[in-house]
Amino acid sequence: MNEIVQFENVGLRYGAGIETLSDLTFTLYPGSFYFLTGASGAGKTSLLKLLYLAQRPSRGLIRLFGEDAVTMPRERLPGFRRRIGVVFQDFRLVPHLSAFDNIALPLRVAGVKEKDLTTPVAEMLDWVGLGDRAEARPATLSGGEQQRVAIARAVIGRPEILVADEPTGNVDPEMAIRLLQLFEALNTLGTTIVVATHDIHLLSKVPGAQMMKLEKGGLSDPTGSLRNPPLPRDRA
Amino acid sequence: MLSLFVIPGHDRRLIPEGRLSGPMPWVIAIMIFLMVLATAIGLAFTEAGQNVSDQLSSRATVQIIEANPDLKAQQTSDAAARLRGMELVEEVRVLPAQEIEDLIAPWLGQSADGGQDTGGLLEDIPLPALIDLKLAQPIGEKELEALRTGIRPLAASARIEPSSALIAPVIALVRSLQWIAFGLVILLAIATAAAVIISARAALNTHKETIGVIHLLGGTDRQISRLFQRRIALDALLGGVLGLICGAAIILLLGMQLSALGSGLVQSLDLSWYSWLIIGAIPILGMILAMVTARMTVMGALKKIL
Ligand SMILES: Nc1ncnc2c1ncn2[C@@H]1O[C@H](COP(=O)(O)OP(=O)(O)O)[C@@H](O)[C@H]1O
Ligand SMILES: [Mg+2]
Repeated sequence: MNEIVQFENVGLRYGAGIETLSDLTFTLYPGSFYFLTGASGAGKTSLLKLLYLAQRPSRGLIRLFGEDAVTMPRERLPGFRRRIGVVFQDFRLVPHLSAFDNIALPLRVAGVKEKDLTTPVAEMLDWVGLGDRAEARPATLSGGEQQRVAIARAVIGRPEILVADEPTGNVDPEMAIRLLQLFEALNTLGTTIVVATHDIHLLSKVPGAQMMKLEKGGLSDPTGSLRNPPLPRDRA
Repeated sequence: MLSLFVIPGHDRRLIPEGRLSGPMPWVIAIMIFLMVLATAIGLAFTEAGQNVSDQLSSRATVQIIEANPDLKAQQTSDAAARLRGMELVEEVRVLPAQEIEDLIAPWLGQSADGGQDTGGLLEDIPLPALIDLKLAQPIGEKELEALRTGIRPLAASARIEPSSALIAPVIALVRSLQWIAFGLVILLAIATAAAVIISARAALNTHKETIGVIHLLGGTDRQISRLFQRRIALDALLGGVLGLICGAAIILLLGMQLSALGSGLVQSLDLSWYSWLIIGAIPILGMILAMVTARMTVMGALKKIL
């Protein structure tokens, strides 16, 4: 099995002071489902930022899709970013665009023709249960609805990796389970999923998922699966 | 160049296209207006200078200074005959005495027809004889020398002066004014670019969040900068056309007033068609300047985020 993400002795320091993340070494395998847990402030968002190329590490090596992402020239980053779907912790919906246009954004960035994006975007809206809110602006949507738009936007481009930062933070437990089912469905189609959450109850909802735990900037590996390819998940 | 203009539909919808707004079109309109005026003035001076020196460059005057009127007449007609025979010379005209007196009279504080007060002062002054020459080519040192060697044996006192020498100071002044006008154009262009930079930065700031998102979704710097470029280009074009219309109207108005005056140099504010072409190109050049500046500003700002 090929590695999709490799971190080696990665450290991240914001400004001066101590490292927010230090000596992270792990490997993610394609088609797996990972939970990244840790207390608030442990560095989950920071680690995900390294993963979705919003931040360069202060030291160490990161390989993405088999290529060195640390020394990669700037011009090549957009191409890599298009292969990664991101659900931001604060959603980052574009306020003056409708739900439809927000979800269509990655396709438009990738140059998909208007006539080719109507159907997939409409399907995606239905998939997250917002079929009747296509024209709504983010400000008129509830927190949970915004989150679902954010998730739809992250997955519409069929990314190879889906990174979700506290994607269930603003929804009721029932919706949280539904969202996890969306991720699982995507995972079944082959997407590698990384979900950061401080809610350890979620972990039991996805059987066979791997767990990474951040503590004081370091990574512990309770399931022992970060250095060894995980067994194929039971997709019954 | 075309790719600066043509924005694919999918890109155009990344950031909603706002209406033309803010002070940008107006600032650009004023800048283009001033640039049009300064350019018109610069070009008018260029043309005027060109016309005058074209007219005078192949002309010269021969002065024959001789106190004895008979000798003077003799020398003059000999010299004129010799000059007529030269291949170099196209036209020879001996100025009649009356014409010379008319030329001189104002300098002596006397009306040409002989004022009462000064009596016959003109008669007492030995006036030189003047021969106007038009050569087949512009006059250089070589031509002057050929003329001199032609005439000197006949009239030792003859002096030959190219006409352009007479107005050289005027031409120099016109040239200076011309360069000042073009200097102003450059300063205005710099000010326009500065205004565009400020405007582009403001636009970037307004759309910071959106740009950040598009960036993280894999949008390229080019895609993002094209959006701003296009808006600023539209603003600049609108302002530029407005400025051009106002500027051109004023030039035409001034031209009409000047030709009503009917005086020599300034009549040349009738600009030639290629000058108008240059003036007409100013809004387009302004737009390209605005676009390139906006592009560089946005690209520069984007480079700072990963
Ligand atoms: N851009 C930043 N600049 C400086 N410090 C930051 C920045 N982002 C995060 N941090 C710090 O890094 C630590 C980890 O933050 P974060 O990654 O957001 O943790 P988590 O997502 O697990 O709550 C926190 O102490 C936070 O203050
Ligand atoms: Mg966080």
